[in-house]
Amino acid sequence: MLYRENGQFKSSYRADQQIFPILQDRIAIAALLAIAFVVLPLSAPEYLFRAILIPFLILSLAALGLNILVGYCGQISLGTGAFMAVGAYAAYNFQVRIEGMPLILSLLLGGACATAVGVLFGIPSLRIKGLYLAVATLAAQFFADWAFLRVPWFTHDSSSGSVSVPSLSLFGLSIDSPARKYLLCLCFVSVFALLAKNLVRSSIGREWMAMRDMDVAAAVIGIRPVYAKLTAFAVSSFIVGVAGALWGFVHLGAWEPAAFSIDRSFQLLFMVIIGGLGSIMGSFFGAAFIILLPLLLSQLPAWFGLPISTALASHLEFMIFGALIVFFLIVEPHGLARLWSTGKEKLRLWPFPH
Amino acid sequence: MRFKSFLSAAALGAAGLASLATAPAAFAQAKEQFFPLLVYRTGAYAPNGTPWANGKQDYLKLINARDGGVNGVKLSYEECETGYATDRGVECYERLKGKGASMIDPQATGITFALTDKVPNDKIPLVTLGYGLAASQDGGVFKWNFPLMGSYWTAADILIQHIGKKEGGLDKLKGKKIALVYHDSPFGKEPMPMLEERSKMHGFELVKIPVTAPGVEQKSAWLQVRQQRPDYVLLWGWGVMNSTALKEAVATGYPREKMYGVWWAGAEPDVKDVGESAKGYNALAMNPSGQSPKVIQDILKIVHEKGQGTGPKDEVGSVLYTRGLIIQMLGVEAVRRAQERFGKGKVMTGEQVRWGLENLELDQKRLDALGFAGVMRPVSTSCLDHMGNSWTRVHTWDGAKWNFSSDWYQADEQIIKPMVKAAADKYASEKKLTRRTPEDCQS
Repeated sequence: MLYRENGQFKSSYRADQQIFPILQDRIAIAALLAIAFVVLPLSAPEYLFRAILIPFLILSLAALGLNILVGYCGQISLGTGAFMAVGAYAAYNFQVRIEGMPLILSLLLGGACATAVGVLFGIPSLRIKGLYLAVATLAAQFFADWAFLRVPWFTHDSSSGSVSVPSLSLFGLSIDSPARKYLLCLCFVSVFALLAKNLVRSSIGREWMAMRDMDVAAAVIGIRPVYAKLTAFAVSSFIVGVAGALWGFVHLGAWEPAAFSIDRSFQLLFMVIIGGLGSIMGSFFGAAFIILLPLLLSQLPAWFGLPISTALASHLEFMIFGALIVFFLIVEPHGLARLWSTGKEKLRLWPFPH
Repeated sequence: MRFKSFLSAAALGAAGLASLATAPAAFAQAKEQFFPLLVYRTGAYAPNGTPWANGKQDYLKLINARDGGVNGVKLSYEECETGYATDRGVECYERLKGKGASMIDPQATGITFALTDKVPNDKIPLVTLGYGLAASQDGGVFKWNFPLMGSYWTAADILIQHIGKKEGGLDKLKGKKIALVYHDSPFGKEPMPMLEERSKMHGFELVKIPVTAPGVEQKSAWLQVRQQRPDYVLLWGWGVMNSTALKEAVATGYPREKMYGVWWAGAEPDVKDVGESAKGYNALAMNPSGQSPKVIQDILKIVHEKGQGTGPKDEVGSVLYTRGLIIQMLGVEAVRRAQERFGKGKVMTGEQVRWGLENLELDQKRLDALGFAGVMRPVSTSCLDHMGNSWTRVHTWDGAKWNFSSDWYQADEQIIKPMVKAAADKYASEKKLTRRTPEDCQS
């Protein structure tokens, strides 16, 4: 009833091609952004920022980056943790070794280094496909683990192998309060989400999708596989690298290679699969599902005052979480984003479905 | 149908999110000293994490049941499962700190590193007994960190002292080969600067052999041990890594008598599975095991016999359980000390507990009164020394239980002090911090 596009006529190509063609969607997004940028920073408690929103935003960003590679270009990667690590350690080195390095610049340079590494490890994708490529990208993961554990230069000769960043500041403004950290992450996520959305709608995005759907046919119609695949690796690992740098700088503050272990790569891949392959929105849904649900489950017993032991609560959390993953994949194998769009379709017809 | 179920799931999720947001605020309670307990009872480190967590919780229960709290202030607590993972630990910390946390013992070096940056802002002291950041002994830079009773540097130092003694003098170490088989994480790497320093002093060769966490797969590490044939192996492991290492040592035929573990590699879960073949294995022991100390008798009588105990009764008094007790006792005593200054019978803030931790004075008489006679040696901390003491012994597994096989050792101040100071200064310059002034020490 409320959600329908009757009477919204498009009179120009520009209007027809906008990201949210339906007025109600635009209003909803504007409201969401207003809440995220204005209401939350003013009202949310510290716990919400530090334990929920910041990790959610950063991992959404990483999932977004991975989604470009896996969801749009069809190149399965298990090296996401490694690209995050490269971003984080590179940004750390820029920050520590160069006096007066601006924070934003070192984060972006971290992303640039991740791009270089990502393209390097993307080269095998020109020859190997599918699951074999996934195994090949594992090499990136093990290489990064090895490099950041064994080469003391990367960790600035830290004796324990753990690095920690000095206090953050931006344009003379100290990023110390949780609300400011949150806003920093939110800005990054918003900008990159917009960029990613526009990239996948552009010619290069269509090249990626053509490669994903059938690479031989794509090559026949004149898409260069080298260019399409490597740009996907480059864009993806840039975003993932920036997310890694944010994870280290903003969320953890001090980290060791274990923060970007193979588990992180799997976690991100699951986010993308559960959220929805080939969907920007899906990256956010997937991150929310994987990050927030376990936290929610772990706190449930306490809210209901159930006197169960910590260990049992933790086991229950794993079991319910696992069952929910199976449930959602059975209900909608294309991910939560597909559920969302099905929902919108139905809502257009409601309350009079044919 | 599908859409409906999705909608209801979404609604549930939204409701859950809303309550996530409000959760911590709902628990602000007066007249209770809150202790957040970061624990891990699941995962690869659970066999070691569980007795530790049980000890912490039982001590709080004992103080409430026996003394009615600290000068009338009841102690409350809540556990949060970290699974030894840093990000989960940070989440637990954020979740529990809103409830008036008085001190925090994260039970993991990785989480300690991440929290070290956060605690000064939140004003919560970080107690890392026998682990964490060795440089944080220097209270002049690390105002909020308390590596009480030992750090990995003191541990490494004492192990070398002990090996030197075995060989008949530290000068006899020249030309020897000592291998460090370590958990490949900050925890395992932390002792290296000290071992390198000692190796330069005494001329032994240090071989570093990493074991990928969690350490269930160590074939290649022990192959290296077999190739290198070190005279001694120092085992810097935690959780399943320890028992696996001992099994591999048996398989490779490396003599267990030549193996020395850190105090985190010298508890019952580490050797139990290996049993008889672990005989002769040595490890540092900050505290004894067994049910004879008075505090443990009290816990058995007052907590466990009333059915209030946290873990199985026969694990009460195990090595790590007792260490959990010590940690919690130091925390409670810090609260008591703070109350002496800031007002008896009041709930102490994190800042006040920090003062208490910095001014701990537990002499033998006080320890006897607390029931810790024979469990530990006196501790007294100060503004500049956040460790208190570094007394420890070596114990040896005889196939059924741990027996002490050395006298008390103390780390060599001559070596440790300058290293701690240099490392703390390096940290301060990286973080752009300044040392605390003498006035700050008074406050």
